[in-house]
Amino acid sequence: MNAIAEPYNFAYLDEQTKRMIRRALLKAVAIPGYQVPFGGREMPLPYGWGTGGMQLTAAILGRDDVLKVIDQGADDTTNAVSIRRFFSRTAGVRTTVDTTEATVIQTRHRIPEKALNNDQIMVFQVPIPEPLRFIEPSETETKTMHALNDYGVMHVKLYEDIARYGHIATAYAYPVLVAGRYVMDPSPIPKFDNPKLNRSAALMLFGAGREKRLYAIPPYTDVASLDFEDHPFEVQKWEHSCAICGSTESFLDEIITDDKGSRQFVCSDTDYCAQRVAQAEVTQ
Amino acid sequence: MYVAVKGGETAIENAHRLLDQKRRGATDVPPLSLAQIAQQMPLAVARVMSEGSLYDRELAALAIKQSAGDLLEAIFLLRAYRTTLSRYCVSRPLHTTSMQVERRISATYKDLPGGQLLGPTFDYTHRLLDFTLQAEGEPSPASQQGDVRQAQAAVDERAATQQPALPDALHPDADAQADTAAGETGQGFPRVLGLLAQEGLMREETDSAQPVPDITREPLDFPSNRMQRLQALARGDEGFLLALGYSTQRGYGRNHPFAGEIRIGFTEVWLEPEELDFAVPAGDIEITECEMVNQFVGSKDQPAQFTRGYGLAFGYNERKVMGMALVDRALRAAEYDEEITSPAQQEEFVLMHCDNVEAAGFVSHLKLPHYVDFQAELELIRKMRKRDAQAGSDQEQRQETEAGQVPPQKEKRA
Repeated sequence: MNAIAEPYNFAYLDEQTKRMIRRALLKAVAIPGYQVPFGGREMPLPYGWGTGGMQLTAAILGRDDVLKVIDQGADDTTNAVSIRRFFSRTAGVRTTVDTTEATVIQTRHRIPEKALNNDQIMVFQVPIPEPLRFIEPSETETKTMHALNDYGVMHVKLYEDIARYGHIATAYAYPVLVAGRYVMDPSPIPKFDNPKLNRSAALMLFGAGREKRLYAIPPYTDVASLDFEDHPFEVQKWEHSCAICGSTESFLDEIITDDKGSRQFVCSDTDYCAQRVAQAEVTQ
Repeated sequence: MYVAVKGGETAIENAHRLLDQKRRGATDVPPLSLAQIAQQMPLAVARVMSEGSLYDRELAALAIKQSAGDLLEAIFLLRAYRTTLSRYCVSRPLHTTSMQVERRISATYKDLPGGQLLGPTFDYTHRLLDFTLQAEGEPSPASQQGDVRQAQAAVDERAATQQPALPDALHPDADAQADTAAGETGQGFPRVLGLLAQEGLMREETDSAQPVPDITREPLDFPSNRMQRLQALARGDEGFLLALGYSTQRGYGRNHPFAGEIRIGFTEVWLEPEELDFAVPAGDIEITECEMVNQFVGSKDQPAQFTRGYGLAFGYNERKVMGMALVDRALRAAEYDEEITSPAQQEEFVLMHCDNVEAAGFVSHLKLPHYVDFQAELELIRKMRKRDAQAGSDQEQRQETEAGQVPPQKEKRA
């Protein structure tokens, strides 16, 4: 394995590319929620499988970093395993499943349940960075709309949802307003995770490889999920608790246990769940 | 139950071992050598080099072997290798007029300086399976072998009479002079579109004198320029460009094309390293070039004249360059004040979707787990159904009271 990794630089990308990405990241931090174009590279994983997140992780990773990679909240889904292995192979950094121990957490579709601290950086994999894309397909148009703070169409879309369904029918990738200026797509995290973005202690970085855009939420930034006074934003709730750790506060995945429709609900965040089980065993 | 998502690591390792077996096939059949692929599948190699944006026959052959013949996968492998290479300089513009031509045809003139040179081509072959190849023999004499020999003889003859390739790059204005120079002397293969330009019938292309952007280093921004567009099309998916080019022929952004000239052959690449103040040849590459001639009706301040679409690819790659040239011309609609009505004319649509590495990646990512999003959707759908069921029973009651006025379809739906 080492023999294969050797011809490549630390964390795969060459230093020039990392410098280009770091510059773009600085710009992104300076303008919270603004999508910065960057010279995205081809990565040895397919587009759509986390190439944006991987480029950001490669650009910020140092030798002493401890990396955690999750997909759907879990550390051992196949793609999380693959990306974690990629960095332990090309950068030789220590990896972990423990949220508190990690300094860099690359994620697809979830934010860990445990609150993050200001020594940690979250890196999100983003498929479509443009929150207005499905309302306006043209990049030229959406760029202008962002520049002019012209977000009327987004509110109209949300209003139409309410008129049609009685509530806002967006369950994930729920748009947010960052620092009172830019409307941003928080990546396809469930809206359950949106409140964790608001005034988060950790730096949040977002990378879209195919679309060649990155953006950021600096620590302690106001992040508001779009809503209306009479239809305030609300998150998903379950009537069940986790079948393993009993949590009533975490995002639950539904698991079908037989072909008769029996089902169980378990935590999507596997580390959170395992820690709670361990905790319970200690106290017993 | 819960264990189902555990153990990803071992599963991946096993899957890759199975892939190795699948690629190798039965071990009593000898493995393919890279030389066999490079020599006997040159068109596959050409496609992988073009869309992989890297001219290296051996690496392209390796990628084809490793990908078990999946050319999109091979293109991806080559791209992921290319992206790690450092870029030390940009070559001088290729001088395709002085190409060592192996094939050159024009559909606009019956005869022309340099002549029509069929060279190797599938055109005019009967698409009949040649069972002598199945018997692992040479093709039967009845097939095109004779024509090929003749054509090859013609190539050799012309090559002998052709001027040795001039180190044009040494002269700063060589590119501009070349078309007319070759045309005047009647030697070699003057450009067909150059002949039209001499008559003033071809819209002149002006050098923007801007530094050439590199779309593999800086992201595309819109509106794009033609340099960016041609780069994107050159590495764009052959099938996608073919279909889009075809759509313009069928009326979606029609631009009345003629295959002005297609030429295939070897061209020298010249580099001008920073430490030298002159250019040096780096070697020959095989390329395919297509220049489409397209009608332009003229406007208030422009007389009617022809315009052009351009296609270029590595290796022998005719279908690709024709599709590319059609799409290039369609994308110039704005430049010529044409109405933009069709997908092939919309630069964002074309450029954002023509890359098969991007497209294949994003489509295949649907195979990744989406438990969380699906859970969120599941919850939403249940919520909506609950509400619909409620609303449905209300409506039923209402319909019973006004049954006479309800149209039959609506009754069915309710």
